[in-house]
Amino acid sequence: MYMQLATAITEAAPHFDGYVYPNESGNHPLWGVLIVLYPYITGLVAGAFIMASLVRVFRVKPLEPVYRLSLLTALAFMLCATLPLLCHLGHPERSIQIMITPHLTSPMAIFGFVYAWYLMAVLLLELWLDYRQNLVEWGKTEKGLQGFIYRTLTVGVTDVSEKAIKLDDKMSWIISIVGIPSAFLLHGYVGFIFGSIKANPWWGNSIMPIIFILSAMVSGIALCVFLYILLSKIRGRAIDMRCLDAMGMFLFYGLVIDATIEALDWVHRAYSAQEGFHVMEYMAQQRLFYTLSIGQLLMGTLVPLLALGALQVTRKIVPDVIRKWTYGTSAFLILIGVLAMRWNVVMGGQFYSKSLRGVMSYKFEFAGAEGWLLGVIILSLPFIILTVLIKLFLSERLPTAGHVPHQVEGE
Amino acid sequence: MSAPVSRRRILATLGGVLAGLAALPLAKRIKQMFITKVAPSDYDPYQHKWLMCVDVDKCIGCGLCADACKTENHVPEASHYFRTWVERYIIKKPKAGELTARGEVLVDSPNGGRGGFPPTMVPKEEILKSFFVPKLCNLCVDSPCTQVCPVGATFDSPDGAVLVDPSYCIGCGFCIQACPYGCRFMNPETNTAEKCTLCYHRITRGLKPACVEICPTQARVFGDLKNPIEDDPLLAFVQKNKVNTLKPHLGTNARLLYANLDKEVR
Repeated sequence: MYMQLATAITEAAPHFDGYVYPNESGNHPLWGVLIVLYPYITGLVAGAFIMASLVRVFRVKPLEPVYRLSLLTALAFMLCATLPLLCHLGHPERSIQIMITPHLTSPMAIFGFVYAWYLMAVLLLELWLDYRQNLVEWGKTEKGLQGFIYRTLTVGVTDVSEKAIKLDDKMSWIISIVGIPSAFLLHGYVGFIFGSIKANPWWGNSIMPIIFILSAMVSGIALCVFLYILLSKIRGRAIDMRCLDAMGMFLFYGLVIDATIEALDWVHRAYSAQEGFHVMEYMAQQRLFYTLSIGQLLMGTLVPLLALGALQVTRKIVPDVIRKWTYGTSAFLILIGVLAMRWNVVMGGQFYSKSLRGVMSYKFEFAGAEGWLLGVIILSLPFIILTVLIKLFLSERLPTAGHVPHQVEGE
Repeated sequence: MSAPVSRRRILATLGGVLAGLAALPLAKRIKQMFITKVAPSDYDPYQHKWLMCVDVDKCIGCGLCADACKTENHVPEASHYFRTWVERYIIKKPKAGELTARGEVLVDSPNGGRGGFPPTMVPKEEILKSFFVPKLCNLCVDSPCTQVCPVGATFDSPDGAVLVDPSYCIGCGFCIQACPYGCRFMNPETNTAEKCTLCYHRITRGLKPACVEICPTQARVFGDLKNPIEDDPLLAFVQKNKVNTLKPHLGTNARLLYANLDKEVR
């Protein structure tokens, strides 16, 4: 009797656990925590760069105090963007093959080139042009290793005449303009990696790249808000509330657009209720309940939307300290929410069997190549790099640390 | 003192580096050496077009095919690594009062069907029909797995087989995610993607794939479209049966043909 019951349960009862292809039924997901971090980190890069572009290209003056912080944040995260991918590969030593013999129909093959373009032709170049005058100056005044670093980074270009600086500005402005579509390309492409998988209804979606771009912008701005508040706190400096309010405003409008498009995606999925939708429904309600409903939707979207939205109308009457805390908390929640969104996309797609008859459950390790520990280390790394970058290039000790882009200055 | 390096020169150098980087993909692509490594030296993949077909009604679910494949191809033993496997479908009668033609559908594949299937505990009187479906690489013409491989380690051989060069695979797993049929897995020993090769080492030497060879009911039919033999079973199969493919809506143009395929099979 019990045997019969047990067999009946394993064969029939788990209606939603159902049937998964044997090759899907392993203990661990193929793409683990590292692949969750990969779009998260690239998203932060793209978002932080767009934040800087608001100053450089769109000339949003109140954001000037965070211009350089945004660029340095983008750089710190960009330097770590490929790490999760690299660590995840079965043969990381062969990764160079992506660059040497790229298979051009593969979205993944293009990453190396998009990354190289963005890092070298956009980010580093813009930073270099923006910092060039300072580097020359600091190279003369600073001694020791720090001075050596500044002098090296000038790469021998020491012309700081007015004409040269004007040219720097012009080139930097052009690069910024090129940089905006490049940032969209960088992260839209990451969304395309998932969106192009037609085998998986959870992923195969034409608006996936747009969702990724929008959430990237929101997460990048949120990171800059958070870092600006944190840095001011550490340095014991007063926060420029005009700047923070402006960031809060962009964060709010970005979040409104992002939430709208993501909601549209879900409404479309629910309304069209295509094959296998019942499995998706089950996943959203059960397997991904905490990360999707609580993490992404409630804490990562609704709460910050309400908080930031409320500040948009009550900004003038709410005291600075409350606004500061609200912006900081909202930014933090958004950062967690976007991380949850990446988790829901990457893991959700793997919980969902391509047989459309069941959902998988996996064990997540602490240690190991796809474990939490490595994930935490990789996510900490950009913050460590950023600390070094801030010490080198945003130090209060340096004479022109309060620099603002010339293009804006000249307005 | 030497003249300072101009920005123009710096930018030109940087441009040169970028151009060099962009030219890399134009560098001569490394030839896929897999065919020559696995097949005999006189084998010409352009002279063959291999195809497998499956008659669902003939499969008895003995699982010998899955077993033979594991042995022949040294597929890892664990129950979640298969190049081919067998699924059992049990379609129940509709419940009393349910105005549907068929009831709940139960699918299973314990250990990929190796060693056969245990008797089902669904009472006989509740079963409308049941059948077995062998699964393997669907030999797609527009294979999503080869499309997404970032380095071209997986490729469509001219003879119709979809192959993976394990010495070139970087183990990213993108192809495994892209295969709509769940036919690929990451080999835990080699850390590379693995799949059915139609027993490439056998077929290129005039033998049949292990699963075809061992099938006691000839549910699997295999042949060479470019070199049909007398009373070719493959041609007879497509002539006699109304055939279908799995997930045709995905546009993969699967070449693996199934006869007597139920709509529940995905």
